[in-house]
Amino acid sequence: MITKKEVEHISRLSRLGLSEKEKGKFSKELSAILEFVNKLNEIKVDKIEPTAQVTGLENISRKDVAKERTKKETDKLLNLAPDVENRQVKVRAIL
Amino acid sequence: MELNKLTISQAHQGLKKKEFSSIELTESVLNRIKKRNQEINAYLTVSEELALSQAKRTDNKIKNKEEISVLEGIPLAVKDAILVDGIRCTSASKILENYIAPYDATVIKKLRKAGSVFVGKTNLDEFTMGASGENSAFGPTKNPHDLKMVPGGSSSGSAAAVADDQTIYALGTDTGGSIRQPASFCGIVGLKTTYGRVSRYGLIAHASSLDQIGPITKTVEDARIIFDIIKGKDVKDSTNMDSQNEESEIKIKNLKIGIPKEYFVEGIDPDVEKIVKEAINEYEKMGANIVEVSLPYTEYALACYYIIMPAEASTNLARYDGIRYGLSEKGENLLEGYLKTKQKGFGDEVTRRIMMGTYVLSAGYYDAYYLKAQKVRTLIKQDFDNVFKKVDVLMGPVSPTPAFKIGEKIDDPVSMYLADIYTVSASLAGIPAISIPIGKIDKLPVGLQIMGKQFDDEKILQVAKFYENRNL
Repeated sequence: MITKKEVEHISRLSRLGLSEKEKGKFSKELSAILEFVNKLNEIKVDKIEPTAQVTGLENISRKDVAKERTKKETDKLLNLAPDVENRQVKVRAIL
Repeated sequence: MELNKLTISQAHQGLKKKEFSSIELTESVLNRIKKRNQEINAYLTVSEELALSQAKRTDNKIKNKEEISVLEGIPLAVKDAILVDGIRCTSASKILENYIAPYDATVIKKLRKAGSVFVGKTNLDEFTMGASGENSAFGPTKNPHDLKMVPGGSSSGSAAAVADDQTIYALGTDTGGSIRQPASFCGIVGLKTTYGRVSRYGLIAHASSLDQIGPITKTVEDARIIFDIIKGKDVKDSTNMDSQNEESEIKIKNLKIGIPKEYFVEGIDPDVEKIVKEAINEYEKMGANIVEVSLPYTEYALACYYIIMPAEASTNLARYDGIRYGLSEKGENLLEGYLKTKQKGFGDEVTRRIMMGTYVLSAGYYDAYYLKAQKVRTLIKQDFDNVFKKVDVLMGPVSPTPAFKIGEKIDDPVSMYLADIYTVSASLAGIPAISIPIGKIDKLPVGLQIMGKQFDDEKILQVAKFYENRNL
């Protein structure tokens, strides 16, 4: 069961705005999904290793170096940003 | 001759022999789209200008007596979750309604180099989340075989476009069945490749340990052509690998086909079961050995998938914050801006998955849900490892039913999830799987799923081709 209060908590964590009506709807729907996935409680897995990556690759890395970009390329990105000032993406104050 | 009905191989032969030009071929596809798209809603964007300029380039090459490669001058539709430089890419979401892709995905780069003609971007379930195509913010796609029915999802538009001859071939993506299930519902071929064999650079991410790009085509032969062009190592996708199992020509009398008994239990439509079993009989008649096998953890695959996938989706979709791109709603403060942007931008299924994912990853629930599901994933993968010691490939249904009615499952998320029951296991294990058309129930197509060992993509394509060629 996922209560309306829990829905409020999760939606806050994931930065999702919800109306009162939606909170009720999602509480019902998420509870049904949770009940469905609870099927996994039927199996014991204490001694099993978890799988995060199926091909077994590990720690693929590259040098952390910036690549020079043309103005044409950066323009494409700036054109996508909702708010730009002096070729910089403008954001709201965090503090 | 209706050029839009051709396969890749047929179109290539025709272009080479100068029976028609690439412009004529492309126009026949564009005309079909103009005639049918309003009804089917397979395309979200049609890139006519780009397509005709690409077609013209091929025609000039042919005129100058230059050699053309197999894909040159041939129209392609791209699922609208894959970036094509300069073309709008929405992922069927309001949050990306006006997003213009700033670069080419690696698969697009490869297909561009091969001379493909990009006719447009196809509809899908928002952010590839769904099994019916109904979760698109821009309206559902309809099944060309029966307009009251769904085409399957999430590669709904790509599958419908191929089945309705609104393209010669298409690209789709598959996270838990999103290529195979719509291919089955629309009566065409869809290949989900082994995890890691095709680069996802430039694919809008859904669940990163599962997502794969693959071809949706009219024939197995065509699927092989596309796979050979898009596969291979790309440093821009760190999960990408060059591995493949050595390919040798298979003799059908040496072929061992496993039939997982867990795929033929209660819940499967009896007509689907009958058609699938008939197709397997065809293989037996051709000389293959059929053996019953068991994948004991099958019944846990769907629950496992519906924990891992939303967990990954919830982290991937955190990026849509209205700051760097996409929909951006203003609020009194930073937090309110986020809340409003996501509320307005995301549809219900996306919201459900973000919340479910956040829940299973949150403090106090991580071990009970996410970690547990990762352990069950190990068991599911081991099932396949064990069975592939005994057989070459596995065969079974793609989905328990043929296409269902538009609106039938949309208000019941769990019943919609059950449409993925036979496809999620291969996704969790990272193995290749293909859907091929094998019959119909009235108007509605039914597919056969062929699954192979990790990196055995070439092998399942060969096995699928036996069926396609059986009456030749």
